[in-house]
Amino acid sequence: MGAGHAHSLYLRRDSPVHALPPHCKIVATVGFVLAVAVTPRHEVWAFALYAVLLAAVAAVARIPAGTIARRMVIEVPFVAFALFLPFVARGPEVEVLGLALSVDGLWGAFTILAKGTLGVVASILLAATTEPRTLLLGVERLGLPPLLTQIATFMFRYLDVVADELRRMRVARASRGFEARDLRDAKVLARSLASLFLRCYERGERVHLAMLSRGYDGRMPVLAEAGASRGQWAASALLPAAAAVVAAAAWMVAFRLG
Amino acid sequence: MDASLEVSGLAYAYPDGTQALFGVTTSIARGERVALLGPNGAGKTTLVLHLNGILHGGAGTVRVGGMPVDPSDKKALKEIRRRVGVVFQDPDDQLFMPTVKEDVAFGPANLGLRGRELDERVAEALERVGMAAFADRAPQHLSFGQRRRVAVATVLAMRPEILVLDEPSSNLDPASRRELAEILLSLDVTVLMVTHDLPYAAQLCPRSLILSDGIIAADGPTLDLLSDAELMAAHRLELPFGFVPQALSGA
Repeated sequence: MGAGHAHSLYLRRDSPVHALPPHCKIVATVGFVLAVAVTPRHEVWAFALYAVLLAAVAAVARIPAGTIARRMVIEVPFVAFALFLPFVARGPEVEVLGLALSVDGLWGAFTILAKGTLGVVASILLAATTEPRTLLLGVERLGLPPLLTQIATFMFRYLDVVADELRRMRVARASRGFEARDLRDAKVLARSLASLFLRCYERGERVHLAMLSRGYDGRMPVLAEAGASRGQWAASALLPAAAAVVAAAAWMVAFRLG
Repeated sequence: MDASLEVSGLAYAYPDGTQALFGVTTSIARGERVALLGPNGAGKTTLVLHLNGILHGGAGTVRVGGMPVDPSDKKALKEIRRRVGVVFQDPDDQLFMPTVKEDVAFGPANLGLRGRELDERVAEALERVGMAAFADRAPQHLSFGQRRRVAVATVLAMRPEILVLDEPSSNLDPASRRELAEILLSLDVTVLMVTHDLPYAAQLCPRSLILSDGIIAADGPTLDLLSDAELMAAHRLELPFGFVPQALSGA
């Protein structure tokens, strides 16, 4: 019981980035990712500039580079796929260390790596500077139906409770000598999952009872209504605006040369 | 008007035909603290869910502070649910909002409170259970005892006529159990406490009801009931080893 992992993505800091309203930061992140996505892939310098921009945000938010690097592990499957591309793509080839690699494939791999990494780092920064529940408030303010954010809020609240229940069931199985070895044990695990589902369903009913008992009538009361000031929007716009300038410059260079 | 709760002739059968209550009649005066004792399956939870109109449809009436519980009248039902504060057994069921503060605010906000008035109500309720310092914490990061205290605060924030506690001492370690008892004794509110914990009933509630097989089988001073070995045995109630109610009544 007690400390869960749901908060582990968030890093508590006292920084201007943390202080920005969540919906501004979400819009800024999406804007940045869009700018990165439309950048022509041959302008390598543009991607370097994007990385510098993110590094600046991380510095202002006081998120250590090591933390970001560790969380980038999530990207590994995509990296594996990207490394595969130069071997399978068609078209003109170049010789590297005695291997014939497709030029197109190499550029493809570079694009996936660069754009993917920038997107992942931007999301990591968003998650590290915004508490999960305020993130949900943010998407709600941006127009996501309240019912969806309610569901996500409950999921967030009960994730630890359910994980704990699952852990207790695993301990109870292990205590009676069960160890999952091969596919034949799937039956036992499936039964555990089924009973976990039933427990969650029953808990859902009890939570609903508790909500009704406190006057719930189908709508969550709006408790925090803090809009964003122009200054906050302007501050959040710095990153996507800078990225847009880089993207536009990259296109101009690409057109002039091409 | 001095009765907080009046139940008369309450009978109820579940949709599957199981009859849980067979005509319960009792009355609790304002400011009283009453324990509702009874073995498992006696109908205790069924009775509690009638008090705020979640279960209904059987015979009999329930009145809270003089107001009848009428599930067809939505507006009256809202007022009933404000008057009857139910604290459920598992605080994880009761605390469903992301932070303690938002959870305590949920009830009064549903009553239409906003802004400063709401903040004051939340602060006051948390103060009364000694949890004011935890307002911004997530419920899952509190100890079990702390969560139960916050659960009490969530209904205190609605300024209930009667506080209904379902097994308030279950799963608490002895220190948390004592802390909760001190908090409950300090509250100036009518209390109905459903419990198996007979020493806890003896400590907190001067009067007890025994609910057995869907009827009120006994009603009287807690220590008298607990001292009646025959009555206790007839309703599957047992005192913990070493607990002698006669010693308390003598004191």
